[in-house]
Amino acid sequence: MSAGKNTGSLLSGAQEPVVRFEGVGMRYGLGSEVLSDVSFEIAPHSFQFLTGPSGAGKTTLLRLILLSVKPTRGLVSVFGEEVSGISNEALTGLRRRMGVVFQDFRLLDHLTTYENVALPLRVQERAEASYRAEVVELLRWVGLGERMHVLPPLLSGGEKQRAAIARALIARPELLLADEPTGNVDPSLARRLLRLFMELNRLGTSVLIATHDYGLMDLVDARRMVLGEGRLRIEN
Amino acid sequence: MNEARPPAPARPAKASEPSEPPLPANLRRNAPLVPTDSAASRALAAVIAILTFLAALCAGAAEIAVSSAGQWQGSVAQEVTVQVRPGAGRDIEADVKRAEAIARAHPGIAGARVFSKAESERLLEPWLGSGLDLSDLPVPRLIALTLPPEARPDLSSLRTALTEALPGVASLDDHALWLQRLSVMANTLAGIGIGVVALVLIATGLAVVFATRGAMAGNREVVEVLHFVGADDAYIAKAFQSRFFRLGLRGGALGAGAALLVCALAGLAARAWRSGPAGEEIAALFGTFQIGWQGYAVIVAIGAIASVVTAIVSRVTVRHFLR
Repeated sequence: MSAGKNTGSLLSGAQEPVVRFEGVGMRYGLGSEVLSDVSFEIAPHSFQFLTGPSGAGKTTLLRLILLSVKPTRGLVSVFGEEVSGISNEALTGLRRRMGVVFQDFRLLDHLTTYENVALPLRVQERAEASYRAEVVELLRWVGLGERMHVLPPLLSGGEKQRAAIARALIARPELLLADEPTGNVDPSLARRLLRLFMELNRLGTSVLIATHDYGLMDLVDARRMVLGEGRLRIEN
Repeated sequence: MNEARPPAPARPAKASEPSEPPLPANLRRNAPLVPTDSAASRALAAVIAILTFLAALCAGAAEIAVSSAGQWQGSVAQEVTVQVRPGAGRDIEADVKRAEAIARAHPGIAGARVFSKAESERLLEPWLGSGLDLSDLPVPRLIALTLPPEARPDLSSLRTALTEALPGVASLDDHALWLQRLSVMANTLAGIGIGVVALVLIATGLAVVFATRGAMAGNREVVEVLHFVGADDAYIAKAFQSRFFRLGLRGGALGAGAALLVCALAGLAARAWRSGPAGEEIAALFGTFQIGWQGYAVIVAIGAIASVVTAIVSRVTVRHFLR
């Protein structure tokens, strides 16, 4: 595990952070601020948890990194690029360097498991033959080799979770964001999935896992970003 | 799920290893990204089919009118008429002969047929009734001149020659007024046809705008996921465009196919009617009542244009929606 003191990585001094927040505030409409003065960095090859009680703003913070919402104030940089006023082309380019596992999976119900997992490669307009074996191998590795023809509504919660994780991994992201990735699986599978994320991190992917499962976090000596009442605190 | 290391998606898989089970042959790949089969899709295809059918019928009717007008124009333009009026103290038969000789001698006149006195009087029967003694009336005499189909001769020199030889007696009618009126009518019908087709295509476009916006709203989650996995707006627009193009193609093909069928049946029915008592009138009014290959081509083109309009409008709507 490469969790460092401040940025989650021993390489923090040498390389540009994958994500940098400076004094970020976020509110929806005229409501109160969901996030206030949030500042942190995610270093390359780092592993960290994002935790906090329900409604603390974990999902909002992930959405900010995913560039699906814009901060009300403050600066957000992703892969060294400040994202306010970013063009659509650049936005797509940044998103292609990320993988995301949603809390509610967000699998497309009209596509098979195989097609769902292949989606990030397909939208890059790669020929299907060029990634077919890769997708099938990953599906087999996450235990969905026999379920690749199946449509998501017929998958169990755990199978959907693994399909969502496989989809996030297939394009070899530099940054993996996972929102409660073990929320729908039994503790044993949760540990296996955690090991998968750690292995990915070992291969070079920065990982940010949003969870409030302290039992899971206790299994890994990693940086913890704790959100509470809209403010962020870093724990090691 | 096994406990082995992840397969490192970075690397191409070694699918050829003997231990690897073969890839399933029936694995479904690249299904449309936007769900296609829904009640709204079928309704839109039906709307496009109906609109295409109406536009194609309208274009077919305009084509029949324009081609009939063309036939009438062709037959009228093939002839000009010399009118010889009886003059006081003149021998009209001699004037007719003189006029005929001048016309025949004129270059570019293929033939001349003199209407006899009896024929000229018969021409007046529809207006004056039959059985009248018209010998006291100064009935003008007509000479029908046939023009060659390939080129129209210089009629102004013929007109000058006739008025110089028979001043105040002979005149030449080249039917220009009729030709002009026929031409105006044909152009008006064609314009109406084009206008109606354009209106129907605009209505198709508007229906597609509403359907696309509905589809975008209904597939908001699909669009969001596509964005998150790295699809750009152009790719998403293409996915929707492809879906709507297929719908448009289906609707356009159905509508145009139905219009082709109706036109073919109408042609057959007209052929059957022509053998009946009113056949000559129908033939005189509508010609053969067949739209010809241009008409069929126009109908097929309208089906294709409806599909293309559907695709383009959906793409523009999606791009606008995503902005």
